[in-house]
Amino acid sequence: MNTGTRSTTPLIRLSGITRSYGRGAAEFQALKGIDLDVDEGEFVAVMGPSGSGKSTAMNILGCLDSPTAGSYEFQGVHVERMTRDQRALLRRHFLGFVFQGFNLLSRTTALENVELPLIYRGEPAASRHAAARAALKQVGLDGWEDHTPNELSGGQQQRVAIARAIVTGPKVLLADEPTGNLDTHNSQEIMELIAGLNRERGITVLMVTHEPDMAVYAKRVVRFVDGRVDSDHRQEVSA
Amino acid sequence: MLWNTLLLAMRAIRRNLMRSFLTILGVVIGVAAVITMVTLGNGATRSVADQIASMGSNLLMVRPGQRFGPGSDEAAKFKAADVEAIRNQITGAAAVAPVANSSATVVYQARNWSTMVTGSSNDYFSAAGWELVAGRGFTDAEERAGKAVCVIGSTVRDNLFGAQNPVGAEIRISQFACEVIGLLKSKGQSAMGSDQDDTVVMPLRTVQRRLSGSQDINMLMVSASSTDAVDAIKAQLEKLLRERRKIGENEDDNFRVMDTRQLAETLTGTTRILTMLLGAVAAVSLLVGGIGIMNIMLVSVTERTREIGIRLAIGALEREVLLQFLIEAVVLSSLGGVIGIILAAAASIALSGIMNIGYLFDPTINLLSFLFSAAIGVVFGYFPARRAAQLDPIEALRHE
Repeated sequence: MNTGTRSTTPLIRLSGITRSYGRGAAEFQALKGIDLDVDEGEFVAVMGPSGSGKSTAMNILGCLDSPTAGSYEFQGVHVERMTRDQRALLRRHFLGFVFQGFNLLSRTTALENVELPLIYRGEPAASRHAAARAALKQVGLDGWEDHTPNELSGGQQQRVAIARAIVTGPKVLLADEPTGNLDTHNSQEIMELIAGLNRERGITVLMVTHEPDMAVYAKRVVRFVDGRVDSDHRQEVSA
Repeated sequence: MLWNTLLLAMRAIRRNLMRSFLTILGVVIGVAAVITMVTLGNGATRSVADQIASMGSNLLMVRPGQRFGPGSDEAAKFKAADVEAIRNQITGAAAVAPVANSSATVVYQARNWSTMVTGSSNDYFSAAGWELVAGRGFTDAEERAGKAVCVIGSTVRDNLFGAQNPVGAEIRISQFACEVIGLLKSKGQSAMGSDQDDTVVMPLRTVQRRLSGSQDINMLMVSASSTDAVDAIKAQLEKLLRERRKIGENEDDNFRVMDTRQLAETLTGTTRILTMLLGAVAAVSLLVGGIGIMNIMLVSVTERTREIGIRLAIGALEREVLLQFLIEAVVLSSLGGVIGIILAAAASIALSGIMNIGYLFDPTINLLSFLFSAAIGVVFGYFPARRAAQLDPIEALRHE
């Protein structure tokens, strides 16, 4: 198992993470002890069959879910000891999310969707608008600011979601099957976009996918099987 | 934080226009219905009270028999001697006016009008709260001699004279001619709904001799010099009349002394019951409106649970999400409440105009119904949101 050097503090370090659902006889262990280090600037694809625990691991990495046991250090700070609010603040300041189902606010314009994280950060209106426009421009949605999600294609909606994730300048972008609801062409474009963010802005990307075609964009592929890390290797980026 | 949350709440309201509108509508209907009903009821109660007050203050009415209202039963009528006895023996009475009624047709030139003729003394005007707008009252000589002079009410004037000044004119009542010496100021409807201005007042003797043909007195009006004196006078009157009418210890009175306060209590009591009934019906609509608000709020929870998940995922604190939902609920409910109050005021003013009762603003019912609907809006807007905000973000996001 190649988990890189343990000498310096990595951006993310998971040690012995488990996650169980249910109790007693009905207990089901989705994660059976995960150890994983991720350094800054990495682009990690998390792969594995359905039920292998890759999404559960992603949710724990994104502080959306809490591990049953084990430790999760983010920049050396123990996340599992944080309160709900501290984890929310960690998400607010360091993490960006892209979901399979886009998860945009309905009946809300692209611009307002992208502005949302900035509002919670307390940005003043002028800089908020400017940053949101810039983020939309970066994902190639110049001129679509005033459209609501149901006026946008799937690919465009995912671009809005990416713009919302990066508008705060996060350290880590967590993407859970970002191309799962998209056709091949749009999938390629979204992956190019994400890879570009990693390459040009140095954003660490953690992406769950079950499509090998998408995993080729990553520099490192971690494979989950049955709630454990099965393999972990670095690869040359083809693109 | 508050300003940003307010911004988020406003965006959410604008985003969910239909839901916002329905929520507001529920509050508006509930609030407007209750306030309008209760306001109208209060106005009616007040109108009745005002009409009774227009009968004269501190007034005691003594009628033979136990029946209340116009007409009489078999009990003996009062005589002039009773009036004298009351005048001499009752202390604290400001005025004592005997009343003998008789209906008659009054004629002036080609016009005639059927009305009620009241025979009384000059005290009648002060006791019954009448004011003269033109002319004069009776002189002692006219009362003693039973002269054919009369003071007429405005309805009689309107029907016989139109806008013309009636003072000094000669009208015919039944078979005799009578000079109009005064005109009464209009009092409007009585508490019973009859027209108080449809009246002709003459000296008691004139009515007894020329119209009724008997010495009977139908009613005595006694006005007290002060409100405090009313009860004492009433007791004295009852004692005196029992003696004069030779009623034994164990016999019931064969007359009845009513004071205006008692009358007011009886009648306003009735309208108060009606107000309560109306209010109860309206309260049902408030409740139905409340259930409507509740439904809308609960139905939108599914969509909003995902929304809460999204907000939490991008870094909103639980309390920020809750504050947003609380503000949304408060803004919607308050807006509905304010619109409801305005609508109720407009409806109450319009309806009280049509129904000819006074408009009386009642702050209590406004506040109560407002608070009730607002509370429903806030509770059902806030608590489902609170449940969702306490979920792990990922559970809220997965919510179907």
